[in-house]
Amino acid sequence: MAIFIQQLLNALQLGGIYALIALGYTMVYGVLKLINFAHGDIFMAGAFIGFFLATYLKLPFVATLLGSMVLTALLGVTVERVAYRPLREAGAPRMSLVITALGVGLFLENFTRATVGAEPRNFPRLLETAAWDLGGVALTSLQFLIIGTALALMLALRYLVRHTLVGKAMRAVADNPEILGLMGVNVDRIIIFTFVLGSTLAAAGGILYAQAYPVLDPYMGIVVGWKAFIAAVVGGIGLIDGAMLGGVILGSTEVFVAAYLPSTYRDGIAFAILILVLLLRPTGLLGRPVVKKV
Amino acid sequence: MNTPVKRWQSLLLWGGLTLAVVAVHLLGRAGLVSGYLLQILQLIGINIMLTASLNLVNGYLGEFAIGHAGFMAVGAYVSALFTVKWHLPFPLALLAGAVAAGFFAWLVGIPAFTTFGDYLAIITLGFNMIVVNLINNIDYLGGPRGLPGLPRATNLLWVYALTALSLLVLRNLVRSNYGRLWVAIRESDIAAELMGAEVRRLKLLALVIAGTIAGAAGALWGHLLQYIHPRSFDYIKSTEMLVMVYLGGMGSLAGSVLGATLYTALMEMLRGLKEWRPVVGPLILILIMLRMPRGLMGLRPPDLGRLLRPRREKGVAT
Repeated sequence: MAIFIQQLLNALQLGGIYALIALGYTMVYGVLKLINFAHGDIFMAGAFIGFFLATYLKLPFVATLLGSMVLTALLGVTVERVAYRPLREAGAPRMSLVITALGVGLFLENFTRATVGAEPRNFPRLLETAAWDLGGVALTSLQFLIIGTALALMLALRYLVRHTLVGKAMRAVADNPEILGLMGVNVDRIIIFTFVLGSTLAAAGGILYAQAYPVLDPYMGIVVGWKAFIAAVVGGIGLIDGAMLGGVILGSTEVFVAAYLPSTYRDGIAFAILILVLLLRPTGLLGRPVVKKV
Repeated sequence: MNTPVKRWQSLLLWGGLTLAVVAVHLLGRAGLVSGYLLQILQLIGINIMLTASLNLVNGYLGEFAIGHAGFMAVGAYVSALFTVKWHLPFPLALLAGAVAAGFFAWLVGIPAFTTFGDYLAIITLGFNMIVVNLINNIDYLGGPRGLPGLPRATNLLWVYALTALSLLVLRNLVRSNYGRLWVAIRESDIAAELMGAEVRRLKLLALVIAGTIAGAAGALWGHLLQYIHPRSFDYIKSTEMLVMVYLGGMGSLAGSVLGATLYTALMEMLRGLKEWRPVVGPLILILIMLRMPRGLMGLRPPDLGRLLRPRREKGVAT
């Protein structure tokens, strides 16, 4: 039992990070109907920005976290402005946006490799780690912090989307951007705001991830981003709660699979979950079935 | 505008090209053409196969497959299994690689086409990652170390013959009833379905054909470089194929030939950029999307889309 709870804690830690990244996928998909394949690399950029802030500016944890969130948000918005918005304005087909997103992702990876170098970097430990013994279950302060930060950020986002005016606008863009434009809302600003939110959460995910698994390399965003994307689809893409649920489900399966089977099966099982969900519930666990209209 | 190519012109073109290729091949054997040039020519042919087959799915059918390197990997590894492990002749290995890749395309297509929307993208990309992951875990195939010792069975004639065959098959297909149905599905799958097209079966067929050709290309590639490695088939390779397709233009086989040739030659010329070289490909992709979304020859020459839309409209993107 103690082992089970221990694994559950590990699962929540990983799942929280996946959920933070999945939220970025899900929000952008909700608003633009775009699978932002570059999002995993935004997460990678967030981790690297944090690495530079912590290593060269010797910033403490909170400052690193906030600094990385701000700078990564800037990066996310730049990508939107430079690569996605011109396409939207030209009325390009949705597929062009997805392809551009793939291109942006690959560009970020290879650009990072060309500038930073291909060798993995060690993220400095920014926090003293204490461990508490809770009746046979060890809870480290790091786990507590990761789960706590992820949860706090998710609850803040949930509140923002549900109860504020800008959140209402985001939901309205997701529903019908044209009508919202006619109502006098600046849709571009809402889209930018969405990218700011998504990139900020990805940066937070990046820093937390780097605290738990402190090895960074330019291609780390591929696998983590892909898992987070599966999490978003499993929960129901476009849904905030779905992303959180999906993140925890994916994190748990990964941790439990690694506990009882050789860890190399992890990615395969994540993919099997994806296929199963797509076959049985194409709109995700929390999604409502969509009726295709002519 | 463009007059149709006459039969004798086409024969002259193919005849001339065949003669030229045989001549280069013989000169290469005599040591008069550098091995480097021969290798580039073969890479161009292989890339044409990959690009044109991907264009069938993305350009003509209007679906969105982004894991083409996965099929290439299946072709390369299955054929290597035949030649390296079981010492069977290369033509058999080539055939097996192509068939295996086609089979995997069928497997991928079943879940992908029962759902809708972007799921083919998700599933093909996932398939690509899983194939790489799987190969990494199979020790018999060399795992992450790769599989060396493939016989150098690929030569310019093989590549040329298979490239020409692939293009011929693809061209005849897109001009046949199947091609018209694919374009109809691209323009509106609901309308096509209402008109009686078996949308799912037709989509599967296109994906299987594309996968088979990609598998053959993978087998050729493996037996050209004589060393295959799971990481050479990851999604970066798939994105490279997308660059070639979109550079040449969606829904144009001639465009795919052009796109693959130009891109392969360009990447070869840029070797001096070292670690900055991989930045160029994605940058080209982004720029094409922004500046010329229809590519070099998109939806022009021998193109069915032209017949289907009103004459006044100049540019309809897919």
